[in-house]
Amino acid sequence: MRRENLPQMHGAVRMGYFIFRRLVGFVLTLLAVSVVVFLAMNVLPGDPALNILGIESSEDARAALREQLGLDEPAVFRYFQWIFNAVQGDFGVSYSYGVPVSELIVERIPMTLSLAFSGMVLTTVVALVMGITAASHHKKTGDWVVMLLSQLGVAIPAFWLSMLLVLLFAVKLRWLPPGGFAGWDDPLAAMRSLVLPTVSLALVQSAVLARVTRSSALEVIRHDFVRTARASGFSRQRVLWRHVLPNALIPIVTIVGLQFAALVSGTIVIENVFYLPGLGRLIFQSISNRDLFTVQALVMMFAVIVVSANFLVDIAYVLIDPRLKARTE
Amino acid sequence: MNTRYLPANLVIGAILVVLTLGVALLSVFWTPYDYTQLDIVHKFQGPSAAHWLGTDQLGRDLLSQLMAGAGNSMAVAVTAVVLGGSIGTALGLLASAYGGWVEDIVMRLSDLSFAFPALLFAIMLAAAFGPSLPNVVVAIAFINVPIFARVARASANQIWTREYVFAARAAGLGKFAISRDHILPNIAAPIIVQATIEFALAILIEAALSYLGLGAQPPSPSWGRMLSEAQTLMYLAPQLAIYPGLSIVVAVLGFGLLGDGLRDVTDPRLSRER
Repeated sequence: MRRENLPQMHGAVRMGYFIFRRLVGFVLTLLAVSVVVFLAMNVLPGDPALNILGIESSEDARAALREQLGLDEPAVFRYFQWIFNAVQGDFGVSYSYGVPVSELIVERIPMTLSLAFSGMVLTTVVALVMGITAASHHKKTGDWVVMLLSQLGVAIPAFWLSMLLVLLFAVKLRWLPPGGFAGWDDPLAAMRSLVLPTVSLALVQSAVLARVTRSSALEVIRHDFVRTARASGFSRQRVLWRHVLPNALIPIVTIVGLQFAALVSGTIVIENVFYLPGLGRLIFQSISNRDLFTVQALVMMFAVIVVSANFLVDIAYVLIDPRLKARTE
Repeated sequence: MNTRYLPANLVIGAILVVLTLGVALLSVFWTPYDYTQLDIVHKFQGPSAAHWLGTDQLGRDLLSQLMAGAGNSMAVAVTAVVLGGSIGTALGLLASAYGGWVEDIVMRLSDLSFAFPALLFAIMLAAAFGPSLPNVVVAIAFINVPIFARVARASANQIWTREYVFAARAAGLGKFAISRDHILPNIAAPIIVQATIEFALAILIEAALSYLGLGAQPPSPSWGRMLSEAQTLMYLAPQLAIYPGLSIVVAVLGFGLLGDGLRDVTDPRLSRER
C-alpha cells in the first residue's frame, strides 16, 4: 500500500482528494491498458484481415474485409474511434455472431460475475475460518492441518479439482450436474449447476487467503490489547473474531482484491470446464471463430473488471483502517 | 544460513523438485515407449508389467506421456521464468540505481502489467498470433517481469545504503559496475527464492493454457492437454484424469515448498515469525 503525503486539508475534503487521486490513477491505468490491448491485437500481428480470414484467403477477400471493418484507416485513428465508441457502450458488431458485441457481453456477464462473486464469498468465508483457526492453534495440530491443506490447495490446478469434483459428485454420486447451464428461469437448477464451478474456484483461492489470514492474525494476537481483552473475561472466540480479525484485515483485503482478479480470470477456465455461457466461454468461442474484435472487446472487459477491483480495494483501505481514516480526516 | 537445521518444507520440496527435474531430464533421453506410438488394440489398459500406469484411449503408454509432459512443462517454466526474471531484475536494478523518473517509469509500467492476469495475456497473444507454446512462454515471462522488477528494486535499494557500496562509489566505480559487481550478487538470494515460487506458478499456468488448447499443440506432450483429452472420457476411463493432475500437484508443491523453505533459511527475520 502506498503511503499518501496528503496536503494539510480538512476532513471530507482530504477524503475527497484521496479518492480523486485514486480515480485519476484508475482512468490513466485503463487508458494505458487499452493501448496495450489495441497494440497487441491490432498492430503487432500485422494484418488483422489475414488473421481473421487465414492464410488460405484471397487478397481480394482480405481487401474487402479490410474495407468493411475500416482497417484501411491509420491505426491511431482506429484506436481513438474504438475508445470513443467503447465508452458509449459500442464495441462494434461481432464478426462471427453478427450481433453487436455489447449485446453478447450483456447476455453473458451475469454468469461470469455471479461465478466470481459467489466464488469470492465462499473463498473469504472458508479462508477466514481456516486462517483464524490456525492462528488460534498456533503450532498445534489444527495449525499444521490448515497449513498442510493450504499448501496442497495452492498446488492443485482449479480445472483438475473441477474434474475430480465432477468425477465424485456427478459421475459417481450423481448429486449434481457435470456441466452445462439451462438458464436462470429455474433458479434452483441454475444454482445446482453453479455449485461445483463455485467450489472449484473458491477452494484453490481460499488456500492462499487462509495463509495470509493466519500470518496476519498471528501478528495481531501477540499485541497487548488481545491479552487485556482475554483478561477482561471476553471469550476466546469473541476476542478472535471481534478484536483480532478487524485488526488483521488490511493485508487480508489487499489479497482479496488481488484474488478477485485471479477469480475473474479463473472463471475463463472454469466456464470452459463446465460449459457455462459466460464471458470466458465466449472469449474461447471467439478465438476459435477468429473473431478478433470480439476477443479484443472481451480482453478489455476483463481488464476493466480487474482494474476496477483493485481501485475499489484502494478505496476500501480508507474505510476499514481507522489509522488511514484518521490521516484523511 | 544455519546448516544444522533444515526446515521440513525445504527438504520435502527439494526431494520433489529433484524427482520432477530428474524425470524431465530422463525423458529427453529415454521413455519406456515412444509417447506418440499408437496401439489401439491395447487401449484403456490398467497398470501392468508392460505398461506401469496403463494406456490411454489410443493405446499410448501413460507413463511415457507423463515423463515427456514433465520435460515440456519444465522447459516452459524454466525458459519463461529465466526470461521474465532476467528482464525484471535488470529493470529493478536500473530503477534502483538511477531513481527519479527512471524509477517512476519502471514502477508505473509494472503497475500496468498487474491489470493483465497471465491467462488473459496469453489469450490475447493466442488470439493475435495463434495458439503455441512459445506464446505461452512469452505470456508467462511478461507477467514475471514486474514481479522481479519489484523484488530486485526493493532489495537493491537496501544494498545501495551499505558502506561497501559507498566505498565503491568513492573509488570511482560507475552505477552500472556497482550494480553488476556489488548489488546483483547481494540480491541473489531473494531473486532465487522468488524464481522458485514463480516456477511453481508457471507450471500451473502452462497446464491451464495447454488444457484450454492455447499451449502445447498435438502431438507435443503436455500434462494440461492430457487432462483436457481425459475430460471427454471421464465416464469411460476416469484414471486418465488422475495421473497428469497428480504430476502437476507434485511439481507445483515441490517448487512451492522449496521456495518457502529457501526463504525461511535465507531470511531469518521471516522464519522467526512463522
